[in-house]
Amino acid sequence: MNDIWAGLSSAFWLVVTGDPDLIEITLRSLQVSLTALVIASAIALPFGTWLAIRRFRFRRTAIAVLNSLMGLPPVVVGLIVYLLLSRSGPFGVLGLLFTPTAMIIAQVIIITPLIASITHQAMRDLWAEYHDLLISLNTTPTRRILTLISDGRRALLTAALAGFGRAIGEVGAIMIVGGNIDHATRVLTTSIALETGKGDFALALGLGFVLIALALTVNLIIHALSRTEREGRW
Amino acid sequence: MVTPLMPAHMRDVTVTRQGKQVLGPVDLTLGQSGFTILLGPNGAGKTTFLKALHGLERLSTGSVTWSAPDDVARMKQAYVFQSPVMLRRSVRANLGYPLAILGQPKAQVNDAVEAWATRIGLTAALDRPATGLSGGEKQKLALARALIRDPEILLLDEPCSNLDGRSVKDIEALLTAAHQAGTRIVMATHDLGQARRLATEILFLFKGHIHEAGPAPDAFDAPQTPEFKSFLNGDILI
Repeated sequence: MNDIWAGLSSAFWLVVTGDPDLIEITLRSLQVSLTALVIASAIALPFGTWLAIRRFRFRRTAIAVLNSLMGLPPVVVGLIVYLLLSRSGPFGVLGLLFTPTAMIIAQVIIITPLIASITHQAMRDLWAEYHDLLISLNTTPTRRILTLISDGRRALLTAALAGFGRAIGEVGAIMIVGGNIDHATRVLTTSIALETGKGDFALALGLGFVLIALALTVNLIIHALSRTEREGRW
Repeated sequence: MVTPLMPAHMRDVTVTRQGKQVLGPVDLTLGQSGFTILLGPNGAGKTTFLKALHGLERLSTGSVTWSAPDDVARMKQAYVFQSPVMLRRSVRANLGYPLAILGQPKAQVNDAVEAWATRIGLTAALDRPATGLSGGEKQKLALARALIRDPEILLLDEPCSNLDGRSVKDIEALLTAAHQAGTRIVMATHDLGQARRLATEILFLFKGHIHEAGPAPDAFDAPQTPEFKSFLNGDILI
């Protein structure tokens, strides 16, 4: 219990004093996770919607594989990205290993199936509702996807936030591909892992509280901006 | 005015679901003009007939051909469902959707939306969510959304079921105006009173088969089949 109070106190002082290291790693966490979220959403939202409306051979298999990929072990993803980006790997020439870009790549791989799967579930229900009308109006497949994305935006926001939650809290993959290098690839989660390893539980917990507060703040801001849960809206 | 899309021919059309034939075989020619009412008890195949005609139903056998290429024919048809499908948008966006997807200029879409909202009495509700409208308002909105593109053929699946008298009257007024403007209408209903008020031609469906087809006055005055006679008498058809 003492550790928790010490952690809260530590978090408070880190925030109040505007600790430069904390600000740096917090901004890097946000930069990496939000960039990964934007890229993953750009892939997953149209793909999940397309999967909901398109009938093709092996569709069920594709959905089953997508759902399975939601549980991708981050450490394995990190290892694979590491091997691909290492000097002897096929993309080694790009020199991306141990950079924030490598961390973004790993996070995109981890959260894209999660966002796509939640999107598919939500869009499947909306498509069942809209199917006859949109077919009757002779809409093109692209128009159908755009209509579903537009009208299902609340559900898609939930999908994106789930992806953000997974990305901001992820540690295994980015530790491997980022290397937790001070002033280069250190983020909140890797700092927590480092401080825990050093036995500084108060600081680790303090960073943990900052991380939770950050995730909560981003969620609240996105909800406020997108005006969810207001009367008369969908 | 007559539509160049018609006549439409249904040739040996059948629809089978899970081994059970729910429609047909239907061999029928729908003429160039008129207000066709599709009558029949629940489960007779009226919805399947309309969907087959519109291309929403996969045919097990046969074909539906229009007097125009299929893609042209589809663009000039509109369909109103028994349970109105409302896009999760405002009334304005719902009304303007069929025009917006054609890429019409915003000002033109807005003008049409305002005009139709006035006609159906939903001007004050234009910026409200369409899903929050009453049943009658939703159905009027669905009908206006179908008519906003000036379709040559309008297919309606029991648009007045579960509506009060006021809403039924409003919808019938819109349908009559569309018919007088030259829109070819095919509408399913099991309301005999409505059929007598609106129909110029009757199709009577029972157990997936057409049992009666002809001009409305003749069909009502001298029904040719015992099934339609029973239906007109209010008997329960099983």
